[in-house]
Amino acid sequence: MKHWLWLAAFVAACALVPLFGNNYALRLATIMCLYAGLALSWNFIGGMAGYPSFATAAFFGLGAYVSAVLQAKGVPFVAAWAAAGFAATIFAALIGMAILHLKGHYFAIASLAVVEVLREVVNTAEGLTGGGMGINIPLQGMSADVQARLFFFVMLTMTVVLLAATIIVSTSKLGFGLRCISQNEDAADILGINTTFYKVAAFSLSAFGVAIIGAIYASWVQYIEPPDVFDILYSVKPLVMVLLGGLGTIFGPVIGAVLYLALEELVWRNFLTVHAAVLGALIVALVLFLPNGVGAMFRQWRKRPAVQS
Amino acid sequence: MTALLELKNVSRRFGGLVAVKDVSVSIKQGEIVGLLGPNGAGKTTLVNVVTGVHPATGGSVLFEGRDITHMPAFRIARSGLARTFQIVQPFPKMTVVENVAAAALFAGGAGGMQEAFELARRQLEFAGLADAADQIASTLTLAKRKRLEFAKGLAMNPKLLMLDEVNAGLNSAEVEDAMRLIRRIADSGVTILIIEHIMKVVLSVSDRLLVLHHGELIADGLPAEVTNDRRVIEAYLGKRYAEKTER
Repeated sequence: MKHWLWLAAFVAACALVPLFGNNYALRLATIMCLYAGLALSWNFIGGMAGYPSFATAAFFGLGAYVSAVLQAKGVPFVAAWAAAGFAATIFAALIGMAILHLKGHYFAIASLAVVEVLREVVNTAEGLTGGGMGINIPLQGMSADVQARLFFFVMLTMTVVLLAATIIVSTSKLGFGLRCISQNEDAADILGINTTFYKVAAFSLSAFGVAIIGAIYASWVQYIEPPDVFDILYSVKPLVMVLLGGLGTIFGPVIGAVLYLALEELVWRNFLTVHAAVLGALIVALVLFLPNGVGAMFRQWRKRPAVQS
Repeated sequence: MTALLELKNVSRRFGGLVAVKDVSVSIKQGEIVGLLGPNGAGKTTLVNVVTGVHPATGGSVLFEGRDITHMPAFRIARSGLARTFQIVQPFPKMTVVENVAAAALFAGGAGGMQEAFELARRQLEFAGLADAADQIASTLTLAKRKRLEFAKGLAMNPKLLMLDEVNAGLNSAEVEDAMRLIRRIADSGVTILIIEHIMKVVLSVSDRLLVLHHGELIADGLPAEVTNDRRVIEAYLGKRYAEKTER
């Protein structure tokens, strides 16, 4: 119940942005929702099941391209986004059955390879995807202001859906099973958990969220090319956000996304030439000194006065 | 009476090493069977074969007349075959009651999360761990972790419970407690297979003993018969000792 109240508070806070903020604030809020959605999606496989997936960029690009190609063929955008989500879910289920028996670093590398393979496939299939030339997704008949608002609300809706899914999963049998798998997979297996099914479910759920966000992103920016949407940063950023906010927690990914975006904006503004290096150093420091995320730090900080008094 | 568990010419090989060789044995409903053997005899491998962790490379395993040789481990667990691990395997970051609830939920047939936690609390009461229910599993002492393994095994609502060296690392008072617990589990109608390499422990509770040596079953019978079996004495104490006692 408490979780749902926080969810409502989050929605209320976000919904205020278009009322009071300018277009810059709106753009930032849209990116924040995009980041939070990616982080929440990654959390299913990376946080709950404990499988360090780097395939996020693959699902992001796949979603973007499926939706873009469908829209180029005349499918309306909402239908194209949904199709992108389902295509990625099926793709992830098939890939997952092949690579989810790998553990730790081996799984990470295998999932990373998925990104590279998909990028090459999209690059080569010029007839369908435009190859290296990219693909245009014009959205006609809407002013820039209306579009900015539309995509903000669409992105927010997606984040809310994923947050609700996180709450439901983490309090259900699926979430419980995933936590068992992340802590001791052999024991989970012998306790009657169908580990393959659970892992594939988490991976597919993760892909579903990421792909729809990728599809929305493509419509938002109106032009995509392989190096843009298959950018490995889409794999790394959600992982860092979840580590920042708290692995496997419900609101951790959202908190992490907000913090990450704030850091990214501040650093980018103040260290224009070396911002990537500064951001990298900051992330390393945060992960080293806050291994359980800022959420855990707050919980400890809240506990302390009770012990002292 | 038909056998609950039946092994027919079961073998398991790891590359060139034959860890279990041509073992045939059957365990009846309601028995307490001790599985003995020196270190490295293949006892744990045999349990792994039965539970589907390392499926047999030869022969077949029947549980309640059904062939489970190549069934995935999770399905075997759900069908009523539970085990504890020699090296305890808790979910370290979960509480004790969550650990047991997982067993009840995924293998014990609990209808939902709430029912699983109620069942788990009852099993913890039975295993004498009720006080530690909300403790994080990794903070338990070894004796309590072994009891947690018991409770997990029981929460799976098993027909056959295999206890793999539940006494290793316990002191004699703790061993006695564990034995009492095993008796009570047996009284509730669960068939039990105790795996041990210390003979004394098993002799006191078992109806029947099996002895493995170099992966082969060298004895199967009443405790009194088995402990006087020449091949068993040889395996445990050496050939020269066996010859000496015979003279």
